[in-house]
Amino acid sequence: MGVLELRNVSLTLGGKPILNDLTVDFWEGHIHALIGPNGAGKSTLASTIMGLPGYTHHEGDILLDGESIKALTVDERARRGITLAWQEPARFEGLKVDRFIAAGAKDKSAAAVREALTRVGLDPDRYAKRAVDRTLSGGERKRIELASILAMRPRIVLMDEPDSGIDVEALNRIFDALSGFKERGATVIMITHSQEVLRHAEHAFLMCNGCVLDKGSIEKIDGYFADKCIPCDHENLPTDEEKTAVTA
Amino acid sequence: MSDAAVAQELLASLGEFGGHISGDDVAHLEVHGNEVVGAHLVPGLEVDVDSLDDGISAHIHLDRGARLAKPVHLCFGMLPETGLQRIVMDVEVEEGAAASVLAHCTFPNAVDITHRMDAEVRIAPGATYEYFERHLHGREGGVLVVPRTRVQLGEGARFKTEFELIKGQAGVIEFDYEVDSAADSLLDMVARIWGRGKDRIFIHETGRLNGENARAVLQTHIAVQDQALAEVYNTLTASAAGARGHVDCKEIVQGGAVAKAVPIVEVHHPRAHITHEAAIGSVDSKQLQTLMARGLGEERATDLIIDGLLA
Repeated sequence: MGVLELRNVSLTLGGKPILNDLTVDFWEGHIHALIGPNGAGKSTLASTIMGLPGYTHHEGDILLDGESIKALTVDERARRGITLAWQEPARFEGLKVDRFIAAGAKDKSAAAVREALTRVGLDPDRYAKRAVDRTLSGGERKRIELASILAMRPRIVLMDEPDSGIDVEALNRIFDALSGFKERGATVIMITHSQEVLRHAEHAFLMCNGCVLDKGSIEKIDGYFADKCIPCDHENLPTDEEKTAVTA
Repeated sequence: MSDAAVAQELLASLGEFGGHISGDDVAHLEVHGNEVVGAHLVPGLEVDVDSLDDGISAHIHLDRGARLAKPVHLCFGMLPETGLQRIVMDVEVEEGAAASVLAHCTFPNAVDITHRMDAEVRIAPGATYEYFERHLHGREGGVLVVPRTRVQLGEGARFKTEFELIKGQAGVIEFDYEVDSAADSLLDMVARIWGRGKDRIFIHETGRLNGENARAVLQTHIAVQDQALAEVYNTLTASAAGARGHVDCKEIVQGGAVAKAVPIVEVHHPRAHITHEAAIGSVDSKQLQTLMARGLGEERATDLIIDGLLA
């Protein structure tokens, strides 16, 4: 049994099925990757797990430690230990980096905030009193968001496109942070269509048109993805034969 | 109650904001109603105060080249629940002088108080004058605040002003600032206000960039909730070559509150340039969701976002 289980989750947005009868288990303390082409439903799945507005009317169930979280709001899910790092982090005009990190932190002390910033490779003396606004680059905001998640000490981290819009140095810091989550026993679910990011995971799920086509080792999924998904060779739902029964 | 005791009580009402008024090198002036209840001056600064029936008239003069190391602290206020306080201020900053003024206006028990400020400010060439006015009101919101200021900004001079009303209920604010800017001058005007209940907030900010290369930024950040109303009229005019300016108005609206922004930008010279942006709406949903995904409830997350906007 996984720490987080999706049972027959289907979701329709704007009349179009986005998630199709998904059943997936995510194991505690592991780094998982959800890989697939654009439009496969990866980000929708993350939003659904987080319970964001507009993504809560799904069929099926989501279980955390065996208990349904379907009726919980975003903040209630977060207080149970689930959080999300956005592909494009929000800008907060005027809100200082230290207050942003401390807002959801387990330990709200200045020392803990400094430690979180240091872990993502940002000098606290230079960044703690800056605003989380347009004066920061996309990479800096991504690292600050990650610092806020490290300080939160979540159990399950959903990371949507962690490599999107950042430079190599920032990406390396994000991979360092992944190790930090792993050390603390957190479960990480990375959404990506990058093979580089995929290689930092321990298990991978291949998504296509709202279904999980396959799961398994990084090598297996990476090979399939490179051969069959770039470019994608079908536009509609995968056939039953293409679907692989997903079991824990 | 003695003057000293009144001054003490006024300063105590500032809470966390009142702790920095100490030391012989810090100039300060405390005015309760129409009486000066405390004062201390430093070299280079002259303050003449006359008592009026309903307030005071103050002439503040900064000597040529005088540069005050520490901010001058002004504290205006009234402890009773009702009354009128009128502050007539004439400020003259001579050439090359520089000073910062922190003005606290405190009405902790207000039920029906009017606070009027009529200020004329002349900032001579090469001088710098910063004026930061923070209002601290009680929970009743029974204050009518009418700050009216006219500024003449000389060549190469700088004027920075901030008006902040975040703690307590605003009441009614009729804010009216006009600045005429000469060549190479710099104007930076900021208003930050949080309106609640039935507060009424009217902001009129006008900057006229009359001289070459004069620059200005007018910023208004307002949050309104409940049944509050905010109307913001920012006007920036550029009439000379190289004059540049920006108008920025952001308003967050919640509940049954109403916000309105009217930015007016006028350019009278082909080598002048003014930009403006205005954003009015509810709290940004992505900001809200980000904070909620860290475990903050919706109300706490909203307050933090508004705190940031008004910081």
